[in-house]
Amino acid sequence: MSTQPPQQQSEEPAAEQSADAESTPAAQQRREDKKAADREARDKRQAEEAEREAKANEDTREIKVFRYDPEVEAKQEPRFDTFHVPFTKGMTVLDAVIYARDHFDPSLTFRHSCRQAVCGSDAFFVNGQQRLGCKTQISDLEEPIRIEPLPHQDVVKDLVVDMDHFYEEMEAVDPYFDPDETPDGELEEQRQSRANREKVKMSTRCIWCGACFSSCNIAAGDNEYLGPAALNKAYRFAMDDREGDAKTQDRLETIEQEHGVWRCQTQFSCTNVCPKDIPLTEHIQELKREAVKKNLKFW
Amino acid sequence: MSQSYNRGTIESFGRWREFSAGMWAWIFHKFTGWVLVGYLFTHIAVLSTAIEGAEMYTNTIVTLEGLLLVRILEVGLLAVAVFHILNGLRLLLVDLGIGLESQDKSFYASVILTGAITVASVPTFIAGAF
Repeated sequence: MSTQPPQQQSEEPAAEQSADAESTPAAQQRREDKKAADREARDKRQAEEAEREAKANEDTREIKVFRYDPEVEAKQEPRFDTFHVPFTKGMTVLDAVIYARDHFDPSLTFRHSCRQAVCGSDAFFVNGQQRLGCKTQISDLEEPIRIEPLPHQDVVKDLVVDMDHFYEEMEAVDPYFDPDETPDGELEEQRQSRANREKVKMSTRCIWCGACFSSCNIAAGDNEYLGPAALNKAYRFAMDDREGDAKTQDRLETIEQEHGVWRCQTQFSCTNVCPKDIPLTEHIQELKREAVKKNLKFW
Repeated sequence: MSQSYNRGTIESFGRWREFSAGMWAWIFHKFTGWVLVGYLFTHIAVLSTAIEGAEMYTNTIVTLEGLLLVRILEVGLLAVAVFHILNGLRLLLVDLGIGLESQDKSFYASVILTGAITVASVPTFIAGAF
């Protein structure tokens, strides 16, 4: 409730009585009493509000965020900063770091864009696992929540890692369509069978977040290994009916090289961390079988 | 990857607590594989020094079996071999693309089965050693 209505009420009788000089002190007194009461009520309300806010703030979550900045002398030595972020229902790891940045430290740096697990820019290493910040609920995690940049990649600043190597591997498998023949009409569709669509469905969900690549033990030790994401990309096009035969052969040759599918040791790390639930290991295994089939011909 | 500074345990083996089933299976498979290779060569080395006559061969075996340490190592060898076989079957299924969603369960099954077989074998291996 606002303070306006009581004040108006008190002013009206005061105006009436102002003609009567003798009753002025009484009216004045009444006005002052009223004002004092209003002030008291307002103070009380403010105190209540502050208390409520404090109570809300009591429910905080402790996050420890990796900090590093080669350009700032005090941050050249990596460290962890602790923030106590007020918890709200449905809060994600990304929400927490955004809050920390907006309220505590504007220099906290991380990539984020769509906040709905589509852009793939906010993959972090949270409590020992590669996760998508916007898809990970704070309530699912144990405190304190450790948020680190993706392992096995160079850190540029705070939670930002250098993704160049990952993108290079992705480009290495030619992640685009190359059909032998296109339909005659300019606006003609290139149809795909329903069954074939189902086959490549999961592999098309990749958002290039790099979580799988970072989790892969082999990719960490072998810089030339294509990695799960790139092999999944190769699968996505090699298994598509519409792709040209020449290109498919070309693709299989790329992936069956020394640092291709055969580096995969089926540790299932990539499959475990993929935020889009792509069965990466399954796809890599299928490519291995395709590679064998291509080279072993007894008939 | 070239790192200009130490990122602590983030990229080290110190994170073993965060390993999942597939990773443990891989590590155990490598470990048991090396143990079996080591055993194979020890086996050849020991027996090839005892091939001069049937009596010498028998003596060598009896002496070895008389040692408590050898009896205990035999239990260990069985455990290692059984796990390697079971996980090898699991990997065969993985390579064939069968039951990839339950690869973690098949790993746990391998571990439990290995444990059970090892425990069941103890009376046979240890009998008469004390």
